[in-house]
Amino acid sequence: MNRRDFAKLSVSAAALLAFAPRAYAGDWQSVLAAAKGQTVFWHAWGGDTKINDFIAWVGGQAEAQFGVKIEHVKLAATSDAVAAVVAEQAAGKLEGGAVDLIWINGENFAAMKSAGLLHGPFADDLPNWPLVDAMGKPAVVTDFTLPTEGFESPWALAQFVFEYDSARLPTPPKTLAELASWIKAHPGRFSYPQPPDYLGTTFLKQILYGVLRDPMVLQVAVDAASYDATVAPLWALLDDIHPSLWRQAKAFPANEPALGQLLADGEVDISFAFNPGRASAEIAAGNLADTVRTFVLEGGSIGNASFVAIPFNAAHQAGAMVVANLLLDPAVQARAQDPALLGFQTVLNLAALGPEDRAKFDALALGVATLSPADLGPGLLEPHASWMSKISEDWVKRYGVAG
Amino acid sequence: MNSTGGLLRQAPRLTLLLLIGPVMAGLAGTIMPVFAAASPHDPSPFQALWAWQGLPCAIRLSLITGLVSTLLSLAIAVLVVATLLGSRAFFALSHLLSPLLAVPHAAAALGLAFLIAPSGWIMRVISPWATGWTIPPDLLILNDPAGLALIMGLVVKEVPFLLLMTLAALPQTDAHRRLTVAASLGYGQVWGFMLAVLPVLYRQLRLPVYAVLAYAMTAVEMAMILGPSLPPTLSVQITHWMMEPSFAHRGIAAAATVVQMGLVLVTLAAFIITEGLAKIALIAAAGAGHRMRGPDAGLRKLALGLGGAITLLLCAALATLALWSVAGLWPFPNTMPDTLTLRTWVQAGPDLASTAAQTLGIAALSTAIALTLVLACLEAEHRFALIPGQWSLWLLYLPLLVPQIAFLPGLQAFALRAGVSGTTISVSACHIVFVLPYVFLSLSAPFRAWDQRHATAAAALGAAPGRVFWQVRLPMLLPAVLTATALGFAVSIGQYLPSLLIGGGRIETLTTEAVALSSGGNRRIIGAYGLLQTLLPGIGFALALALPRLVYRHRRAMLTPGIR
Repeated sequence: MNRRDFAKLSVSAAALLAFAPRAYAGDWQSVLAAAKGQTVFWHAWGGDTKINDFIAWVGGQAEAQFGVKIEHVKLAATSDAVAAVVAEQAAGKLEGGAVDLIWINGENFAAMKSAGLLHGPFADDLPNWPLVDAMGKPAVVTDFTLPTEGFESPWALAQFVFEYDSARLPTPPKTLAELASWIKAHPGRFSYPQPPDYLGTTFLKQILYGVLRDPMVLQVAVDAASYDATVAPLWALLDDIHPSLWRQAKAFPANEPALGQLLADGEVDISFAFNPGRASAEIAAGNLADTVRTFVLEGGSIGNASFVAIPFNAAHQAGAMVVANLLLDPAVQARAQDPALLGFQTVLNLAALGPEDRAKFDALALGVATLSPADLGPGLLEPHASWMSKISEDWVKRYGVAG
Repeated sequence: MNSTGGLLRQAPRLTLLLLIGPVMAGLAGTIMPVFAAASPHDPSPFQALWAWQGLPCAIRLSLITGLVSTLLSLAIAVLVVATLLGSRAFFALSHLLSPLLAVPHAAAALGLAFLIAPSGWIMRVISPWATGWTIPPDLLILNDPAGLALIMGLVVKEVPFLLLMTLAALPQTDAHRRLTVAASLGYGQVWGFMLAVLPVLYRQLRLPVYAVLAYAMTAVEMAMILGPSLPPTLSVQITHWMMEPSFAHRGIAAAATVVQMGLVLVTLAAFIITEGLAKIALIAAAGAGHRMRGPDAGLRKLALGLGGAITLLLCAALATLALWSVAGLWPFPNTMPDTLTLRTWVQAGPDLASTAAQTLGIAALSTAIALTLVLACLEAEHRFALIPGQWSLWLLYLPLLVPQIAFLPGLQAFALRAGVSGTTISVSACHIVFVLPYVFLSLSAPFRAWDQRHATAAAALGAAPGRVFWQVRLPMLLPAVLTATALGFAVSIGQYLPSLLIGGGRIETLTTEAVALSSGGNRRIIGAYGLLQTLLPGIGFALALALPRLVYRHRRAMLTPGIR
């Protein structure tokens, strides 16, 4: 995908935003009043201690500022929370539901939105919404090609970056082809999390962007007729590199932290993460050598946003909206972007901030391993959610049962 | 008095019902979705299962890892007893191994994974000076497709169990005199043991061995951590399907459970047939009259080596967990971490504390109920002169013989329908099914061995049966009761699938957290959870040893092993 395609996508996303309906315009003061004293059950993936600590900190802020408590329900997979809401709907529980707020995006959002399981639209009515950079960062209103239409509110931007130890690998590859030949020249020094893991499947999508003649096909649902021919180059490339992967592709790391541990142990030379600041944060935490750096391939890398959504039957909708708004607070966003803590990229438009708030971001060091926005390059839009499920399913058929 | 007597008399029946009820209901509940398949145009669950390409490989893996690890564990346990019985090494080994029995499967597997991985501690210790490696070698040691790492993990964990079961059974075999006779006839020690003691001993060992076989073929947490993933063993794949929130794979999971259950039954049947063949072969070999003294010295060295290696592996695995939990940066190939820090413990402290408290609460409730039931059964047996049949031992073993993965999902479905899924009480109730057999096995022998003349003497002094129980029998059996309690705690703390499935993923115990974290690869936090998971049962056993010393400090004779 070249820059012109990217611009086209950005424009179409912005156009969608302009036509997004604004059905709900509540009075924020009454929301705050209703929220006071509520406990918000925030269902969020709990596999990373840094993120868990951040959520706990947000909980402290919410209680101090608005009298709203946050109970972090740590999920192994976001689909667990979706299933809980589905089960409640099936059981006729139309209010007082157990899930107040979900950290969500992609196929889970698409499923909930199309099934009418979400409260909203609410995002555009949050007092901090005008600070969000919907023009400059189209991913905050377009979730895996699906317009969010205010049914979820963004709180962090992520982009796919490769990580490498500069002490062992002075010059990392620049293109997908270079990466493939580097892998073949250095057997056993590269791997990816086993699909259907989220990051592993994202890596496959990143390859798709590199091998497809027309990556625009990724922006619509999978076309069954042309699918096999379209993705043939992906399987060809995997067939080509698999014998040279870590453990000859007979075993794979389970997920992002497991892949990160392989880099920390020196079992692989190149790994990757869905967070440009992960490497810096891990170095700051003393878990990764300070010679680790990050890079992206020419042409850009997949980026997406993390959102929060509120189920239609949430028991504490007002409290959940207060938390969603708090997550867009410049002070909270700046903390999330702090490379020593999380290193997540902000969803805010820094130009729209007052000087005091902007100073909070300016004060942040980039992080020793984090690329500057210019070096990070364009963020490629997530493919339509159907691609994620289809290619991970096919991966399991092709490589997951080999024995 | 009459009514309590009536209730007490029913205790054995009630207990067996509590054991068998959940297993049978669970089995039925697990298998039902196979026949309740949705619409006619949907493929049947079995068709879907046959269509899964990973099936032959997953079945082969379950079969081979289960059989090989069971046979190896049995061979090692028998070899150690045959060669070292009565020696100082045997004494030391059995004292080292019995506390290690309390190490939960998950913690042992995690520690072993940290130890044997190409970037693990062993490799760090011998690199680079011996191997020349400055980066970890690309060797498929963990999660290997053949399941060798899994077999090793299972053997390391099952040998201590079988060894202790052997120790418990030995007094009833009259081994010493049999061995003396064999030796006086000129038989070598090992061969004499095989011919004179093993046939009697094995009769007592059969059920534990079957339990080990059924467990090894269907182990979930060890296979998740050490086993292959492309595809995983059948039981792990079933767990994946069961845990999918969409319920779309419930049918195929149920069909796979039927296959898994059949696989275990067929293997057990084959095992029993092989036992018969082995018996015939042993008799034929005995008739040949060879004395086989030659291999004794070599076998003794082998037994010492294997026993020592297993002890060392388990201890080193635990040490690795401890070390990682306080490690700062620890790059390969450094033998020790560059920096030591308590950061992991401090950061995870609140979580660890609340999870540990929840784990202990569940263990306390299930152990208390199990202990009450077991004591009631044994006391009823004593007061009403009930004679337990052989079948009751089989029933006691039922929850250990029926694979957990076969009946827990069905039990989970019942719990969901009854609205009791996801509570600590229901998880505790489910743990009783697994805690009770162990508490019974541990307590029944000392309880039955208690000298009845104490009761006669007390009764002659006018004490009612209740008073005899509370004031004479229980105080005298304190060490045995405490050991059984500690064992009950250890079993409950180590449970993974019951906590995961009945808890609906909402009840966090140290074990479910440790296994969930193991996929994340954050060794520091895994180390902390794994270590705590081992420490809690360890403290329990230490208390079981220390408390009698405190209570009996003025009655030293009570501490003589004769009473235990």
